[in-house]
Amino acid sequence: MATPKVHIGVIAGVLILLGIGLTLYKSIVLGFPLLPGKYREVWTIESKISITPTEGPVEVDLRLPEDLAGWVVLEEHFASSGFGFTVVDDKGARVARWTRQALDAPTTLYYKLQTYRLQESELEDAAIPDIEEPMLEADQLAAMERLVGILREQSSGPASFAGLLATQLTDESQNLDASFLLGSYEDAKHLVMLEVLAFAGIPAREVRGIQLQDGRRRQTMSSLIEVYNGSSWVTIDPGTGASGLPTGFFVWERGDESVLSVSGGRNSSLEFALVENSLPARTVVGMEQRSHDYALLDFSIYSLPVEQQGMFKGLLLIPVAALIVVIMRVLVGLKTSGTFMPILIALAFLQTKLLPGLAIFIILVSVGLWIRSWLSHMNLLLVSRISAVVIVVIFLMAVLAIVSYRAGVDQALTVTFFPIIILAWTIERMSILWEEEGVKEVLRQGGGSLLVATLAYLAMSIPLVEHLTFNFPEMTLCLLGVILLLGKYTGYRLFELYRFRDLAFKE
Amino acid sequence: MMKFISPAKLTELGILGMNRRNISFIGQYNPRRNYRLVDDKLLTKKAAIDNDIPVPQLYGIVERQQQINGLAAMLAGYDGFAIKPSQGSGGKGILVITGRKEDCFVKSSGVEISTEEIGRHITNTLAGLHSLGGRNDRAMIEALISFDPCLEGYSYEGIPDIRVIAFKGIPVMAMMRCATHSSDGKANLHQGAVGVGLNIATGRSVGAVQHGQLVEVHPDTGAIFSELQVPHWDNILDLAARCVEMTGLGYLGVDIVLDRNFGPMLLELNARPGLAIQVANQSGLRHRLAIALKIAEQTDDHDTKIALAKEHFGGQ
Repeated sequence: MATPKVHIGVIAGVLILLGIGLTLYKSIVLGFPLLPGKYREVWTIESKISITPTEGPVEVDLRLPEDLAGWVVLEEHFASSGFGFTVVDDKGARVARWTRQALDAPTTLYYKLQTYRLQESELEDAAIPDIEEPMLEADQLAAMERLVGILREQSSGPASFAGLLATQLTDESQNLDASFLLGSYEDAKHLVMLEVLAFAGIPAREVRGIQLQDGRRRQTMSSLIEVYNGSSWVTIDPGTGASGLPTGFFVWERGDESVLSVSGGRNSSLEFALVENSLPARTVVGMEQRSHDYALLDFSIYSLPVEQQGMFKGLLLIPVAALIVVIMRVLVGLKTSGTFMPILIALAFLQTKLLPGLAIFIILVSVGLWIRSWLSHMNLLLVSRISAVVIVVIFLMAVLAIVSYRAGVDQALTVTFFPIIILAWTIERMSILWEEEGVKEVLRQGGGSLLVATLAYLAMSIPLVEHLTFNFPEMTLCLLGVILLLGKYTGYRLFELYRFRDLAFKE
Repeated sequence: MMKFISPAKLTELGILGMNRRNISFIGQYNPRRNYRLVDDKLLTKKAAIDNDIPVPQLYGIVERQQQINGLAAMLAGYDGFAIKPSQGSGGKGILVITGRKEDCFVKSSGVEISTEEIGRHITNTLAGLHSLGGRNDRAMIEALISFDPCLEGYSYEGIPDIRVIAFKGIPVMAMMRCATHSSDGKANLHQGAVGVGLNIATGRSVGAVQHGQLVEVHPDTGAIFSELQVPHWDNILDLAARCVEMTGLGYLGVDIVLDRNFGPMLLELNARPGLAIQVANQSGLRHRLAIALKIAEQTDDHDTKIALAKEHFGGQ
């Protein structure tokens, strides 16, 4: 009898020690902080180049971003299936070049980078470009002269000139000349702005970059204007006329060079998928310095594609919830409806927050039970009945979302995060329990499930827990070891101390 | 005020907890592959017949939905019968018919139901409503027990059954479960049935418990439990021990009923018998199981095992 237990003990011990060892190694040698501390917002930008090939060899050039305005690029990954790939130097700028002799189907190339903003600084000083006088038609010339004249009068310098110009071009009703120019150029607004600025003799150029938005996919590149005010460069948002870099604007390139150039292809496009992660400041520094020196980091979760990282953030929390379920069932003896149903409910709570989540769950299950009691009169086969309950649950969710949205309660929209099938099975099980054992048992098991779900939610939403599980996935080995040990626990459950309480007075 | 018992006291009493039962007994002595024989009552019945263990007579089996159309013909000639899901658990889904009244059947509670309603009950049973894990199931129709008059008065609206825990062929602990009004005719202790601890040597009552409290008399019938003597006791012990041999499950709960004409009959087997028997006996299982393990090491002989069990566990 002792042998298997010792065996498990050894395995669990090894797992726990391994987990602790790796964690300590990472924290002491690699400098990953054990406590959350200060966080940096690290953005992962996945650039997707889509091309449709024409005849002949294909060459795709992508100008790579430099560290500008306080942005620091941490890591870069290139995906180039079947292409020859090099990073070349082109007049001081780095250019990624994919080449291939022939291509027969539309293809997508990927370039992924991770970046964070070290400091909120403006764009660095740079050489002042020569001003090229624009070529104009007679009527354009007249409009341009009038517009520049008015703006000169109203503005105090190049920066406010550009700012006013942007507002005039945005609100076309303000100035007829501005709207005429915009119409006659048939070009993007920031390009018209550059023409006007050149005409007025103000050094200006384009700044290209990405407006960052967490979870955004298919984001395209946007443009800003920078003007030289005699002593430094000032960035102007052509949309609003505001000066200074907008927050969350990742600067890709300054100047007029095109970012993407494709030969041997058409309909090429450049799109970005964006994800934001909060990482401890010290981790970020560690990544910067050592990302290529240590295999452990190369095989860490940070090396995964953006979307999967987000998935793992959630997945790595599940072992914590599983541990709570094991403790509550094995050590306490709490009854739950379905072994792991509480974990799924707790995951839904992470999205809905606790109180709205509890309210939504109780409403859904109660109404579901009420409707299920009609179904039970219809004498249906089991599979049809459960399928019917699934459909009813979906309807209920929709009704709940619509009614509460109309009533102005946005929180209830998160109802969709509840796992439908699990809800349907919960309703089915509770309903049978009700018929066979009575309401008391339903409330006991339902209450037990919700209690475990709440505890699991509370454990998962501790910032330290989230920090540790994501940055030290090795710790999951420790959890595994503890769960194995609990699987061999033969002592009494807390509820048994209550169940057998009357035996205490024997003799 | 909620009172707890200390783990030390529980250990001293030798109470078996759920975790230890699962790991050290069920996990260790009950091989998974032998569960089927126990979880499926039809297989149990067949094996029992092969081993000359008496069981209630099987009138018929409903396996497919279409068979329900011929239900009236199948039931013709039987006035009393019980319909059970073959893989039911905890007494779920058992329909007991005690007689007929014109076109209708009379349930044990006195309520009249039609053939269609019986058909609907069977439909639910086939769909797995009452079965372990909701699997598709078969319904079995079997003879009613005409229960032994000497146990009259110890049960209200239901037949008392005798649960024996047998470990490695040795009867370790036994109780009689008596239905009460508050348990709604069911023999489940947590639903309010009375559990009467039985002396393994004699089959006499050692005490009765309802809702965890000692009781002297049956709350509905007033029968005095201390006067209870289960008849055919040696047959019962013999039957329980043989079930362990038949199933190959080391740790087994054997449910037995006493029939007026046929004596002790095997009702069903349970590979995960509950812990309430300890409350009914006001005594823990662990010490007894340890002694039983020693007995099993000493001898392989069926009768010697029972004799030793009586000797060790009889002295209350």
